[in-house]
Amino acid sequence: MELSQKTIHEINDLLKKKEVTVTEVTQAVVNRIDAVEGSTDAYLRVQAEKALRDAKVVDEKLKARKKKSPLEGIPYGLKDNLCTQGILTTCASKMLYNFIPPYNAHVYDLLIEEGGVLLGKTNMDEFAMGSSTENSAYKITKNPWDLAKVPGGSSGGSAVAVASDTAFFTLGSDTGGSIRQPASFCGVVGMKPTYGLVSRYGLVAFASSLDQIGPFTKDVEDCALVLNAIVGHDEKDTTSLKIEKKDYTKNLKQGVKGLRIGVAQAFFGEGLQPEVRKSLEDAIAVYKAMGAEIVDVSFQYLDYALSAYYLISSAEASSNLARYDGIRYGYRAEEYDGLVDLYRKTRSQGFGEEVKRRIMLGTHALSSGYYDAYYKKAMQVRTLIKEDFEQVFGGCDVLLTPTSPTTAFGIGEKTSNPLEMYLTDIYTVPVNIAGIPGISIPCGLDNGGMPIGMQLLGPVLSEKTILKAAWAFENETNFKNLKAPLGREV
Amino acid sequence: MEYEIVIGMEIHVELGTKSKIFCSCPTEFGAEENTHTCPVCLGMPGVLPVLNEKVVEYATRAGLALNCEIAHYSKMDRKNYFYPDLPKAYQTSQFDLPICTGGVIEIEVDGIKKDIGITRIHIEEDAGKLLHESAEGTLVDVNRCGVPLVEIVSEPDLRSAEEAKTFAEKVRNILEYTGVSDCKMQEGSMRFDVNISMREKGETVLGTRTEMKNLNSFRALVRAVHYESKRQIVELKKGHVIIQETRKWDDTKGASSSLRSKEEAHDYRYFPEPDLVPIIIEEDYIAKIKAALPELPEAKKHRYIKEYKLPEYDAGVLTATGVLAAFFEEAVGLYNEPKQISNWLMVEIPPLLKEKELAMENISITPIQLVELLKLVKNNTISGTSGKEVLKEMFNTGKNPEDIVKKQGLAQMSDTVELEAIIEKIVTANPKSVEDIGSGNEKAYGFLTGQVMKATKGQANPTVANEIIRAVVKKHLG
Repeated sequence: MELSQKTIHEINDLLKKKEVTVTEVTQAVVNRIDAVEGSTDAYLRVQAEKALRDAKVVDEKLKARKKKSPLEGIPYGLKDNLCTQGILTTCASKMLYNFIPPYNAHVYDLLIEEGGVLLGKTNMDEFAMGSSTENSAYKITKNPWDLAKVPGGSSGGSAVAVASDTAFFTLGSDTGGSIRQPASFCGVVGMKPTYGLVSRYGLVAFASSLDQIGPFTKDVEDCALVLNAIVGHDEKDTTSLKIEKKDYTKNLKQGVKGLRIGVAQAFFGEGLQPEVRKSLEDAIAVYKAMGAEIVDVSFQYLDYALSAYYLISSAEASSNLARYDGIRYGYRAEEYDGLVDLYRKTRSQGFGEEVKRRIMLGTHALSSGYYDAYYKKAMQVRTLIKEDFEQVFGGCDVLLTPTSPTTAFGIGEKTSNPLEMYLTDIYTVPVNIAGIPGISIPCGLDNGGMPIGMQLLGPVLSEKTILKAAWAFENETNFKNLKAPLGREV
Repeated sequence: MEYEIVIGMEIHVELGTKSKIFCSCPTEFGAEENTHTCPVCLGMPGVLPVLNEKVVEYATRAGLALNCEIAHYSKMDRKNYFYPDLPKAYQTSQFDLPICTGGVIEIEVDGIKKDIGITRIHIEEDAGKLLHESAEGTLVDVNRCGVPLVEIVSEPDLRSAEEAKTFAEKVRNILEYTGVSDCKMQEGSMRFDVNISMREKGETVLGTRTEMKNLNSFRALVRAVHYESKRQIVELKKGHVIIQETRKWDDTKGASSSLRSKEEAHDYRYFPEPDLVPIIIEEDYIAKIKAALPELPEAKKHRYIKEYKLPEYDAGVLTATGVLAAFFEEAVGLYNEPKQISNWLMVEIPPLLKEKELAMENISITPIQLVELLKLVKNNTISGTSGKEVLKEMFNTGKNPEDIVKKQGLAQMSDTVELEAIIEKIVTANPKSVEDIGSGNEKAYGFLTGQVMKATKGQANPTVANEIIRAVVKKHLG
């Protein structure tokens, strides 16, 4: 197996035994980027030389001492909506084509502290709005399992980088499924932690009450390792939770005997691809065989989640994105006549179609005369859905669902029908609405050889339980070892 | 037909916290443009606000001082609108759950006391400033962005410009006392919006109102209210209806003009600020702040009347600002002559301040110095007239009164021999006055005293001089 294909924990073992150097590991990934990036377009920017320099520095340090953390010397990528001081951060938007932040996202600071090696910034749907990464103003990222298919979104670049071995892990952001859905489409592990578990400082906001940063990894153990590094209270983000740090790798491999796994009909509704349903049924059988208890649970209000999500997220987005006005930074229209025209032209030209659609939807939902019917009602639905989940988790420890109703679709297939695109998030958005954690792990391939993902959900702060359930399945089955065929054909 | 004016006020006050409401940038006024900024108050992508706890404390203090209820649960909201001085394109403010509600203060105009209701007080951030007079076009100064404000909203209980002014002054007075703001009008620390409507006397329903924005002096407030009430009366008398609108006061022209109509009013699309957690205030916290509140002007005034036996008028003037009251109390502590101190503080010092356009807090005279001066007058070392001269010199130079008296030879003439000689001369030179006194016109004594004071450059001790004058005149009348 090539170095770039290995997991973080495997690389860690090699580094500890001094069988490889960080430079060799980084070089292997850089070579892999050179080989496949032209086909996948996962990255918006790669800083190979800088990464190799950083790798050398870590190697020097490791001559004198032991590895200080599992992520020290591990090459990784960041979604381009995470601020990186001195490094372009565009959110895949023309609006921020020249924006170089003078500060770091808190998670980036943490990874610098860990000693990780940043390879570059990954492609995404503009301002994280989209489900296919086709809304990037710069490039279309392709699914490494089939280059004619989308990688999912909005963190498509981050998912593809891990799936195609051009990073050992990446960070993405998940507002309505933007980590889990692309993880599912690309056959990797992706986790959205509990809202508030990871600081949002320096994550360019899409919908503040829903956004959460999380990892993409090659397996569940790596997911726990990355989580260990990025979780924790940050005084710069007052919505980040003040809780004790946990070791997410501890008791990871304990098994699922006696664990109550909930299955709800609401997640197996219309539009579910038959192979996805079959894979999930197989997964249920696997859990049963491992000694888990399968329980039927039911929801009352889940049907309203998608509508509530698009109202709340768009409303917050309309306000969050209002600062891009061409006055202080970013894109400014070249010709304009007065202030209002400057605003109008800058925003018309700087934002893409989907972003404009959501700004208009959100502005409308908050407008006087419509607020009660849309935003307020959506917030009431949000409360009901939270209660729905609380009630469901009264009867089970984790909930097993498909991550997305289908596997990856073709590039261009849904771009003309936003509503159909929105429906691909139907199983992921309720999780953000409720603020609970969720993970997507591979659980099969469809008839066309595209990965299928399953989602494990749990109550607030149940990451350890979810990871334990995910690891047990991964360990019991062989899906983890399925690799995107890209660039490895004979 | 007789009209009655109905006024409600919104008073914006910058809180005197050291740092801004959502970041640690300083709030200090007058710094070089765009030097008190950071990614947070510049509204850069991905940054998050952290609520300054001092702002909550100050707003609670202000609320308690204005007799408000303090909310146990309140939250921040976003008020969305585009303007270059607002980097995030929304102002983080409070909408439906403000931190304080339901207060009241008493005002007195023309001897009539009246309660003015306070609807609410909420906290919010200030916006920046646009600098239009630059050669490069309009520039933005972001220093003021994120300076904490409280907005105090009154009930429509005010019925004249004088009441509005008195209310505003009283609010300023109270806030200054509580130390939450310096309330410096000239630095924009306190600004008013007024809502004005007219109705027939006796009518209970409110008329259509107009809102006048950003009045930044008491004078502008009074003039704007007069102007707007007259304008509305003229309109009503013509049979026109008042159009609900926002108007802009031009203090130089002394006139207002329409800024935007109700139809053009901004739709601020308020919604809860998702980047900040709700503000939870415990009863203990409120009790602690309440206990630490300083004595407020009203209480202080009553105490002055009772404790120092001062007339109500004196007590009112002395407690009008915290600075003056503090000066007075320090002086009284050193020298137990409250009325004398009050007279000098109320009568002699204000003209000096006015002439130099200084505020009481910038005065160079200390309470000890004033007291020393008053003692010199009291023990007849100098005359009252000389005392005023010495005060002026103290005001201009900051020197001690003794030094000034010595240097200028102002010590009072009580030496009877010397005085007798001078008075003898004056009486001899004014036989007409002696004659007048002889025929029963006592007023002529005053003339002679004046001549003596003139001849001694005010250094004659008036009591001693008067005795001698009477003796000498008597001798002349034989």
